[in-house]
Amino acid sequence: MVCESWKAKLDTYLDGELPEQEMRTFDAHVRGCPSCSADALVRVQMKRTIQTAGKRFTPSAEFRRRIQQKIASKPQRRFYPAWMFVTAAAAVFVVAALTSTYLANRSTRNLAYREHVFSEIADLHVATLASSSPVDVISTDRHTVKPWFQGKIPFAFNLPELQNSEFSLVGGSMAYLDQTPGAHLIYDVRKHHISVFVFQERSLNSPASVGDNSISPKNLPFNTTTWSHGGLRYFVIGDASPPDIEHLAKLFKDSS
Amino acid sequence: MGNEPATESFEQLAMPHFERLYNFACWLSQDRNEAEDLVQETYVKALRGFSSFQPGTNFRAWIYKILRNTFLTSRTGLQATATVPLDLESGEESLPATHETPESILLQRSDGQLVQRALEQLPVFQREVLLLCEVEEMSYQEISATLDIPIGTVMSRLSRARKALRDGLRPQV
Repeated sequence: MVCESWKAKLDTYLDGELPEQEMRTFDAHVRGCPSCSADALVRVQMKRTIQTAGKRFTPSAEFRRRIQQKIASKPQRRFYPAWMFVTAAAAVFVVAALTSTYLANRSTRNLAYREHVFSEIADLHVATLASSSPVDVISTDRHTVKPWFQGKIPFAFNLPELQNSEFSLVGGSMAYLDQTPGAHLIYDVRKHHISVFVFQERSLNSPASVGDNSISPKNLPFNTTTWSHGGLRYFVIGDASPPDIEHLAKLFKDSS
Repeated sequence: MGNEPATESFEQLAMPHFERLYNFACWLSQDRNEAEDLVQETYVKALRGFSSFQPGTNFRAWIYKILRNTFLTSRTGLQATATVPLDLESGEESLPATHETPESILLQRSDGQLVQRALEQLPVFQREVLLLCEVEEMSYQEISATLDIPIGTVMSRLSRARKALRDGLRPQV
């Protein structure tokens, strides 16, 4: 019977998975063939029954909250009792930081993490400059460098307009800190190389302890500054003078 | 500039699938507690591996694949797959039930509970492919990516699953 060959493909047809041309031919056939259209009807009804029957289990609101809490970014955590302690501790930390900028350094653990981060940043900066190919995307054009990061790092950021400034963009490459990817940009100012690193704040192990200031940790032979904006953590590091470092930082802050 | 960094994007991408993932996990493990563990582990793994996810590719297939792999390596998953041979996957062309009899026409009236029971009875590899196709409404291409099998195998597995489901329903109708 000629319909055998049609029926063999009936499910694929009803799944909408036949090539376009064949779908049209099939449509025409089913419309004119009582046997195939009856079959199609039964199968469509079966599909619907499975679809409804298959949506059977609903997670509890409590479970949803638990998952959300696991993957949520910082601001949402405060809604969950389990995190209240952490949030309270963070609030105390902020108040303390306001009272005295140096208070943050009282915690030796925070200090240790801060030093670790800066020393990593310094290593990245030095290693890159020592490399024969310090940048993977070589361009002075921010409109070339920014899109290069697309798909390579899980966030987006803005590069500043450098017209009327002494800075020039050399290029960029990928960088890793605390096992997470970020962007590394190199700028030149009067023959000094300056690195700018951008990471996701939440991917750092202890972002709060990095702080927002330009006081370089002890023994660091570079001038640095760091700040956080829009969930991103920025570091600027180089042997250029502190005003140059701050100036570049300001250009970034203004652009974001 | 309104440059919104993609800080939230894992959550934004992953949470819309939460209910369906849980439903799928329940169908795989057939145990609600275990399904919660599976979903939780899936989200933790996905978040950890999010940097390796290629934006622009199919996130749904990616996260379902993580869930499924997590299930397959779990104790229940290993048991479920050990007892079920991957059934004659070699023959790509398997014919679906050739004729629908008046008896099968009655299937249209078969209520949800009967279908649920029949689905439960299916071997896990048939159950999952049918759920991805009918409940998740995934394309063959997406199913192929989720299950890591060629499209031809998706089609033959689907075909067998449908036949097995119809057979499972028959005695009860």
